[in-house]
Amino acid sequence: MNIDILLNIFVATIAAGTPLVYAALGELITEKSGVLNLGVEGMMLVGAISGFIAMAKTGSLVFAVLCGMAAGILMSLIFAFLVLTLMANQVASGLALTIFGIGISAFIGIDYTSVALKGIPPLNIPFLSDIPFIGRIFFSYDILIYLSLVLLTGIIFFLYKSRAGLILRAIGENPKSGHALGFSVIGIRYLAVIFGGAMAGIGGVYLAVLYTPMWVEGMVAGRGWISIALVVFATWRPLRVIAGAYLFGGVTIIQFHIQGFGIEISSQFLCMLPYLATIIVLVIISRNKNTIRLNSPASLGTTYHPATN
Amino acid sequence: MEQNKFFKFGLCILACVFIVTGFAFPVSSKEKASKEKLKVGFVYVSPIGDAGWTFQHDLGRIAVDKTFGDKVETKFVENVPEGAEAERVIRDLAKSGHDLIFTTSFGYMNPTLKVAKLFPDKKFEHSTGYKVAKNVGTYLCRFYEGRYLTGIIAGKMTKSNSLGYVAAFPIPEVIRGINAFTLGAKSVNPKIKVKVIWINSWFDPGKEREASEALIDQGVDVLTHHTDSTAPTITAEEKGVYAIAYHSDMSKYGPKAHLTATTHVWDKFYTQITDDVLNNKWKSKEIWGGIKDGMIELAPINTKAVPSDVVKMVQKTEKMIVDGSFHPFQGPIKNQKGKIIVKSGSHLTDKDLLGMNYYVEGILGNIPK
Repeated sequence: MNIDILLNIFVATIAAGTPLVYAALGELITEKSGVLNLGVEGMMLVGAISGFIAMAKTGSLVFAVLCGMAAGILMSLIFAFLVLTLMANQVASGLALTIFGIGISAFIGIDYTSVALKGIPPLNIPFLSDIPFIGRIFFSYDILIYLSLVLLTGIIFFLYKSRAGLILRAIGENPKSGHALGFSVIGIRYLAVIFGGAMAGIGGVYLAVLYTPMWVEGMVAGRGWISIALVVFATWRPLRVIAGAYLFGGVTIIQFHIQGFGIEISSQFLCMLPYLATIIVLVIISRNKNTIRLNSPASLGTTYHPATN
Repeated sequence: MEQNKFFKFGLCILACVFIVTGFAFPVSSKEKASKEKLKVGFVYVSPIGDAGWTFQHDLGRIAVDKTFGDKVETKFVENVPEGAEAERVIRDLAKSGHDLIFTTSFGYMNPTLKVAKLFPDKKFEHSTGYKVAKNVGTYLCRFYEGRYLTGIIAGKMTKSNSLGYVAAFPIPEVIRGINAFTLGAKSVNPKIKVKVIWINSWFDPGKEREASEALIDQGVDVLTHHTDSTAPTITAEEKGVYAIAYHSDMSKYGPKAHLTATTHVWDKFYTQITDDVLNNKWKSKEIWGGIKDGMIELAPINTKAVPSDVVKMVQKTEKMIVDGSFHPFQGPIKNQKGKIIVKSGSHLTDKDLLGMNYYVEGILGNIPK
């Protein structure tokens, strides 16, 4: 094994982890406001097919991303209306959203199945991309990968350094106090759910338009669920969420290389490995009870009714 | 207040129910059986799309439509999961008056036999299976003949002597293809090694792409696959290596990368079987057709990349396979340990081929168990 292969594995890992980065960061913000949205898988799928159709029709990546975001937002609005306005059970509504998303994305995508898009080559930054080694590690990705890192920085700043982030976290901890201080709990939660939908939408677009690039029914293949698990097992901390996402991507890529080298491990076991490894590692790094208690939003998953309190 | 809450709750439940059931409408609708026309049903495992396993079968169905015109009515149900759902779809087709039903995936074997028992007067044809009944026949292509020929091209075109194979499931059908490809390549280039990655799925463009990238990153410069999507060809094109496609001509997905493809053609077979049923000549048979029967063809070879002497060599071998003077699995063949398993002068029988569960010399790694 030489350094080139390691480099290739690294680059492929970042790409494989990126859909999870988007979806999990979105879910993180949603959960920090106290809402548990289990519909990520469905939102990603609808985002993926919308972005794919936009890309197939116009060939514009920006437009595809906007369409994917819009579709994710629409899906999240259905959920938000059910759980925030009608105060339905969050778990049941989230599950319904996923099932709905799987169905409707397959339905919309009938004509687009196994249509292949022309892949978009990664950014080629003059000079920087040509530097040996460093150019490959830092400057050889798709634009959406850089965007995900910008968003990550923004989210960390927002959550821990801004007043708005403090309000969001406060409402996730104790909506009653937030309400008493004059904040619109429902309004803020709407925004958080919408943000989660938009992010899941971009994650879907990345998968269908840049990563594969192809539309297949159910192509998100459990990544939405893994994103939700990442948020929980990473104890609601953005950097750990990201680490988990790349770990998942890395194990996914490495299992193929292991087979290519002819190392004797059952391929069925290898296919299971990304899920297993990610969860075990995150559970180990986040096993401190105090960290969990400090970071998990206390009101997560509970319905808040302003008038009856 | 209470009443209002109850109303809202009910509304929400109702919404959920609509959402969940709204898109689960039945795949096939019942139709009146017409007596004059022979109704032929096709069950597909994936969407038809514009390349791949199901696409090729659908071309066969269209040929039946064209050949028989008013005498025959065809119907297909696509994207049917293997298992219980398949049984329901096959039974629906039989119930709605389809006298001849083609089930086109390995996993439909038991559902097909089960339904065939319930409808003894209907005829069933199951593709790639090994169980027959009085009213169930099986049909399959000798893909390995095409694989051997594409192996010759790969062996001649590689510079790194490293060939890549993205494979679906470790069943004899797939293993036979890998072996034939390796033997073909070795016949012209003894130095080649074949790297195999199993993705445990027939159709998963994401995994097919990841596996293709991994192989190319490890130095593979001719890539082929036994999976259904165009992802390997697209990846090869992007990475600047050669690809040999499977199922359909995929040259439009990789104009530079695509060297050729092993394709299967069902037009002749489906028309023949339909004709047999129309004339009451149909019998349950186990059909295994190859190049000779027009069931296997190579897609046009990319002559911009492949030198003409290689093309001639492929054509010569193809002719020898057709006239029976050459068999892709003729000795001497060595297994991975270098031990001779087929002696020179003999070749593997169909029974050996159907149960193939070992790699030949030149393939890296082991078959997953």
